[in-house]
Amino acid sequence: MLRLINPKQEFLRYRRRLEIAGIVAAVLFVALFSRFVWLQIAQFERYHALAENNRIALLPAPPSRGVIYDRHNIVLAHNFSASTLEITPSKAAKLDKTIDQLSEIVSISTGDRKRFKKMLAESKNFESIPIRNMLSEEEAARFAVNRYRFPGVEMKARQFRQYPLGDPFAHVVGYIGRIGDKDQERLQEDGRIANYKGTDHIGKLGLEARYEHWLHGRTGIEKVETDSGGRAVRTLSRTPPVAGYNLYLHLDAKLQQIAEKVFGDYRGALVALDPRNGGVLALVSKPGFDPNLFVDGIDVPTWRELNDSLDRPLINRALRGVYPPGSTIKPFMGLAGLELGIRKAGDSIVDQGYFSLPGSSHRYRDWKKDGHGNVDLKRSIVISCDTYYYGLAHQMGIERMAEFMSHFGFGRKSDIDLDGELSGLMPTPEWKKRRFKQSWWPGETVVAGIGQGYVLATPMQLAVATMALANDGVVYKPQLLRAWRDPSTDKMSYAAPRITERIKLNPEHLRLIKEAMTDVMLPGGTASIAGAGTPYAFAGKTGTAQVIGIKQGARYIESQVQMRHRDHALFISFAPADDPKIVIAVMVENGGHGGSIAAPIARKVTDYWLLGKLPAIYEPVEPGPAEIDAGDAETDLAPSEISLSSNPGAATAPLQEREQ
Amino acid sequence: MIILRWIKHVFCYLDGPMLGLISLLLLTSIAVVFSASGENSDRMVSHLTNIGVALGAMLLVSHIPPQRMMQFAPPAYVIGILLLLGVALFGVLVNGSRRWLELGFTRIQPSELMRLALPMMLAWFFHYKQETLRSRDFAYAGLLLAIPVAFIAKQPDLGTSLMITASGFYVLFLAGLSWKVMVGAAAAAGSALPIAWHYLLHDYQRQRVLTLIDPSTDPLGAGYHIIQSTIAVGSGGVAGKGWMMGTQTHLDFLPERSTDFIFAVFSEEFGLIGNLFLLLLYAAIIWRGLYLAASAPSLFGRLLSGAIVLTFFTYAFVNMGMVSGILPVVGVPLPLVSYGGTSMLTVLLGFGIVMSAATHKKLVKT
Repeated sequence: MLRLINPKQEFLRYRRRLEIAGIVAAVLFVALFSRFVWLQIAQFERYHALAENNRIALLPAPPSRGVIYDRHNIVLAHNFSASTLEITPSKAAKLDKTIDQLSEIVSISTGDRKRFKKMLAESKNFESIPIRNMLSEEEAARFAVNRYRFPGVEMKARQFRQYPLGDPFAHVVGYIGRIGDKDQERLQEDGRIANYKGTDHIGKLGLEARYEHWLHGRTGIEKVETDSGGRAVRTLSRTPPVAGYNLYLHLDAKLQQIAEKVFGDYRGALVALDPRNGGVLALVSKPGFDPNLFVDGIDVPTWRELNDSLDRPLINRALRGVYPPGSTIKPFMGLAGLELGIRKAGDSIVDQGYFSLPGSSHRYRDWKKDGHGNVDLKRSIVISCDTYYYGLAHQMGIERMAEFMSHFGFGRKSDIDLDGELSGLMPTPEWKKRRFKQSWWPGETVVAGIGQGYVLATPMQLAVATMALANDGVVYKPQLLRAWRDPSTDKMSYAAPRITERIKLNPEHLRLIKEAMTDVMLPGGTASIAGAGTPYAFAGKTGTAQVIGIKQGARYIESQVQMRHRDHALFISFAPADDPKIVIAVMVENGGHGGSIAAPIARKVTDYWLLGKLPAIYEPVEPGPAEIDAGDAETDLAPSEISLSSNPGAATAPLQEREQ
Repeated sequence: MIILRWIKHVFCYLDGPMLGLISLLLLTSIAVVFSASGENSDRMVSHLTNIGVALGAMLLVSHIPPQRMMQFAPPAYVIGILLLLGVALFGVLVNGSRRWLELGFTRIQPSELMRLALPMMLAWFFHYKQETLRSRDFAYAGLLLAIPVAFIAKQPDLGTSLMITASGFYVLFLAGLSWKVMVGAAAAAGSALPIAWHYLLHDYQRQRVLTLIDPSTDPLGAGYHIIQSTIAVGSGGVAGKGWMMGTQTHLDFLPERSTDFIFAVFSEEFGLIGNLFLLLLYAAIIWRGLYLAASAPSLFGRLLSGAIVLTFFTYAFVNMGMVSGILPVVGVPLPLVSYGGTSMLTVLLGFGIVMSAATHKKLVKT
């Protein structure tokens, strides 16, 4: 059908349609504008936050870890800066090829590769992962020249932990290691996880673990503007990190080294305490190990070797080695006899070489087959008569014995500022019932009297008990940490000595025991060889702890026993006897007799401490590459002049806080 | 004096108010592209060159009287169809679609030619038939529209085919397409939608629609564009972050920021106030354009001008709707603002035609 349309009409229709189109356009523009109002006013806060999130990244600035010094500011643990090569997987070309090419420039061991693979599996793609730590200067220079060939590979300066004095200090200072899943969980629970952003190491053992919260410091935050690729464009604000506290110990590095050296090839432990404040002067567990191996992840073969070694180097014998205290318990038993009124100084027995319970034929033998004859209390200590103590223990009874001994720290943790300490054992009938569902036999009391049977103690416990004797009943908590410095205020705070026990003891009784212990070191005593020629009064007591039981009627013949089945040699001492400055407990594994093996070790350590005398085999301390912060040294103390650091008000608060 | 007269002669076919509005928009474009390109001087030189060339083309076209232009319409259309056929047969495959034709010395995208050739052809058709227009002529016109759209949709190029469909439809609409047909076609299209969804749309096209509905399903892939551009717009707030201060823009979060997503840059830096200004500027250009279209003496001029102006509106609306997250991401630039020579040229050529149609009053009767 033909549509005849008048042009004017047609034009009017066109106008109308144009107007409709115009109105539709206007309506759509209004709709668009309302969308803008919605986005830019109603939803502004949300999109503003999203844009800021896009833009701003918070980068952690890890703090530098506190340095650990001995009492003379010799560095035991410190940090140094070294170059590492790190690969950012997302930016790098093929990883294996990159690593192969890198290995042509710097040496990359299979261990490095393994560690890289392991960390790669655990990390995010955009994080940089170290392939090689501690580049030599030559290697760093070689990489710098070839850098263009390796996209995604960067050389970074990182801080490394180092333990310059190595093995002898491993059990005290401990080490740090990579934060593992367990650490991560613990940090999460404690709410400390945020402070560990950017930190990948944490204290695992020793002081490094115990004082982690002080050593670590506070992580700083850098607020940076990043582009969509995550590259930092500029820094917006920065909260600098606060370095961890520097720790200053009671420990004397030289004393520790000497003590470790004088053990020779023997395994064992030595604890030296300052009886005037509980400060730990030396804490040796031999053999030690190199803590530096652990810092960046120890390789499996080395770890196996350490862990499977018969010598058990990883065990801190001073705190975790429990041994029958043997005859070293006798001075305490004697004191108990006096204090409980069971024995008088003048009372003596006739020792025929054995003790039998009334109505029993079983013989508890003295170490001397034919006995010592007439023995009073003093002589029983000097010659270490067993028979005397069999009878005394029987008369005393196990309950009274345990009660008295517990005040000296037997069966109780010393509460030293290291983790993992064992509490040993001071048995009671209730304990036996609980543990074995059996009743107590009187014979068990008899052997407990000479520190055998169920009685177990750590070298640390022996040292604490000896400190109680030396101090006339005052027991301090053994303490490694002497002071700490907060680098942000540069203020030095001191850990106050803490008395854990004041045992009420009759001075006359104490005098008698101390005299007896002094006589142990003199001709006629069991440690007379070790005590020969001391210019100071040396008080000590030997002990021997059985490793294997000896059958009734059999005799222990040293030469017939295999080395590892030989008895442990024990020795406790303090000196000078009239004004004790050092208390020592020594345990030598399979050392045989306390008098011949353990006592000379204590003698050499005491000689150095009181006289500054170096043993012949001693090699001087090498402070290592760390600069010793001379400014921190208050005075160069003579070995025997121990600064009694007491600033109780300032010092106790943080300590208590930690102990909660 | 002669120079003055010569200048007057050169500019006599341009519309003053329209030129002023366009210049204002082009100045805005220069400022935004400068910011979006990160002060890249190469890009600025090229942008200014594009604007200069396109303005020159507009000036040139404004001198061509509509009846001359009408003579170009059928050949341009036929050449366009042939080139599209060439693309379908010998086209270069880029990113999974065949849009370009390799000519040896250069590559051309024939669908761009169709943006003007199609409405011209349709306007020519209705002008030619104006005395004897039958209802079935709309069907013929529909066929003229469908052929190039089918070629372009097949490439596939959803955005361009939709835009060309729109421009052709505007001619039909202004020529008096009956409402019944429009409603019927809309209903048919609506019912065909599920079929089209399953059989005609390509995966990537479906993905675009799906990510529009919920961009968060694919925040790093297809949803990334929409999420980041919406953040840019929303975080601009009322007053904007200030010129050259847009964080989304300058920290590289916005994709395609000097081309299809340039509105996000503008919106982030100038805020709601800037958006209002831009909308009003577009509205003014459209208003003036429709006025010029209505004042064109010939039917050809009126239909073509009206379609060009309405297409211009469509581009602007679709682009801003896409960037602000209410329309799917189709590759449509913001007219006269986005960086890009072809779009700039096509749009300004269009305005040259609009001005020419309105200012050439003496029409030779056919």
